[in-house]
Amino acid sequence: MYTQGLDSLGAEALHQPTDAATLEQRFQSKVDADERIEPKDWMPDAYRHTLIRQISQHAHSEIVGMLPEGNWITRAPSLRRKAVLIAKVQDEGGHGMYLYSAAETLGISRDEMIEQLLAGTAKYSSIFNYPTPTWADVGAIGWLVDGAAIMNQIPICRCSYGPYARAMVRICKEESFHQRQGFEIMMTLARGTPEQFRMAQDALNRWWWPSLMMFGPNDATSKHTAQSMRWKIKRFTNDELRQKFVDITVPQAEYLGLKVPDPELRWDEATQHYVHGPIDWKEFEDVLKGNGPCNRQRLEARRQAHEEGRWVREAALAHAEKQRARETRAA
Amino acid sequence: MSAAAVNPTADVRIGYATYLGDTSLILAQRLSEWVGHAPALEEDLALANISLDLLGQARYLLSYAGELEGKGRSEDTLAFLRDPSDYTNLALVEQPNVDFGQTIVRQFLIDAWQLVLFEQLQSSTEPRVAELAAKALKETRYHYRFSAGWMVRLGDGTEESHQRVQAGLDELWKFTSELFAPGGADEAAAHAGIAPDPAALRTAWLANVEPVLQEATLKRPPDVNYRWFGKRRQHTDHLSHLLAEMQFMQRTYPGAQW
Amino acid sequence: MDQQRKQWPLYEVFIRARSGLEHKHVGSIHAVDARMAVEHARDVYTRRQEGVSIWVVKSSDITASDPGDAEALFEPAKDKIYRHPTFYAIPDEVKNL
Repeated sequence: MYTQGLDSLGAEALHQPTDAATLEQRFQSKVDADERIEPKDWMPDAYRHTLIRQISQHAHSEIVGMLPEGNWITRAPSLRRKAVLIAKVQDEGGHGMYLYSAAETLGISRDEMIEQLLAGTAKYSSIFNYPTPTWADVGAIGWLVDGAAIMNQIPICRCSYGPYARAMVRICKEESFHQRQGFEIMMTLARGTPEQFRMAQDALNRWWWPSLMMFGPNDATSKHTAQSMRWKIKRFTNDELRQKFVDITVPQAEYLGLKVPDPELRWDEATQHYVHGPIDWKEFEDVLKGNGPCNRQRLEARRQAHEEGRWVREAALAHAEKQRARETRAA
Repeated sequence: MSAAAVNPTADVRIGYATYLGDTSLILAQRLSEWVGHAPALEEDLALANISLDLLGQARYLLSYAGELEGKGRSEDTLAFLRDPSDYTNLALVEQPNVDFGQTIVRQFLIDAWQLVLFEQLQSSTEPRVAELAAKALKETRYHYRFSAGWMVRLGDGTEESHQRVQAGLDELWKFTSELFAPGGADEAAAHAGIAPDPAALRTAWLANVEPVLQEATLKRPPDVNYRWFGKRRQHTDHLSHLLAEMQFMQRTYPGAQW
Repeated sequence: MDQQRKQWPLYEVFIRARSGLEHKHVGSIHAVDARMAVEHARDVYTRRQEGVSIWVVKSSDITASDPGDAEALFEPAKDKIYRHPTFYAIPDEVKNL
């Protein structure tokens, strides 16, 4: 079922071989009919590769995303906040695992994907290349970054590839507390001392624009969108999701009494949407290229964990081999 | 447990809850340092899980201690606003992680102890302590399974893993005498009949420890007469650094709600 | 064996949510042996009380039917509608059938 090495019922296939064009047509009909594609189904190579790229990027984002908030676990300002933050970051690790699992059904191993991440050849969401200098950043990330992530993730629960869709359903269920705990932190700060209010406003100032950038480039300039939508890997465009996020989040900021750092932000009565100012795509490109404030630091942390843990992983394998050998001898 | 010779005073009960709570809290803090940095994702989740269990124990116990004290101190007041010299955790738990091997050794030695302790505390005449022990015992059974499993994998894994975990064991063994030593809140609690005599736990603890060391091909280090006990407020340098980090926010913004 | 290149094998995880229900496939984890696999499955897949029982199976031990054989394996059952109760016309007055 889930690894390339698995065999089917053997070499004696019960079906007649079909030509590529027919297979492609059948595949697209399934997708058009909102049927799921499962691991051993025939799929175009490009579909497989796009999925591997997208799912692994998503997985890497969860894993790297453990670091900016993990930064505050040991300094969480109350025991309750500490417990909640540990549970949240633990969830993110779990989400990475669900996604690596889904990608592994497509014929790539977790080790290969991790190697790509650590070598710097795989991408992950650029939002995690920003620092978290204050406790309020933990709140802002939960409220804005998880908020944006949820917006991206819910449509993927209906994507064409079964394992990816099912992983997303699981993730979305768990994600609901992540955003709430972030907003709760922001509320506590906004209603607190003047210093706490300033801390919250400062965090919003720093996380607002990067959160908008999370939805990716404008539709006009986005390379992958058209094909991904045909294959129902992507269900809404970048701009559609970004607009939805702004419309939902601005009233939340108003409720908090905080100001969104966009002088051009206004409500447009005609379209019933918020209009926002221009996004600095240069900053997005810089961060994507590796020149954000924390790119090197994030990857270094992951490399270090991986390197320093090598002897542990090898020891576990060595012990398991010894055990098997002993059992064989005893048998 | 022997029949109460003396009625437990509030101080004895507060002291005991604080000692147990501090120990679980500091160990939870140490484990939480691993989140995002463990050798494999699965171990990240496993260590976070143990940290959350211990943190839950700490919150329960420190809340209870604050309640008994009756001066309005909450779990947070006790955790974030007490000086290192007022903490009564076992010195073993404040020792640094160093590497996964030493982390596992520290965890294993404590799990083996909590297993014995909580089993007996289930029948404590202190209902709240008995309640905590019953819940914590289930958690500890899983922690012990985890840490004992890793002691064996690392002890009987590769040459490198064996050396590292033996080194961790050699380094931490001296802190285990405190688990059974007199002079702390546990001894006072035993005299008051609400907890087992710490010295009496040693045999059962060794029964949890030695077979695992053997299977792990590890050498039990020689016992030493190490006398600096966290439960008597004689901490190593590590505690003040750990608390400086943990307490930073509340110390920097006094009176704020979080 | 080059230990550096070897990875922990993949295990598929099945969880029974409650007594009375069957085990459901929920995903996979990596582990070096079955005992570790159960612990990892517990830590990853039952944090929200999702289960009372865990099965782990090495992925390489699972044999799956080939989707290419789906027609031959599953279509023939389609026309055997007489296996379904709705195929049979029983008058309403007859009870308990």
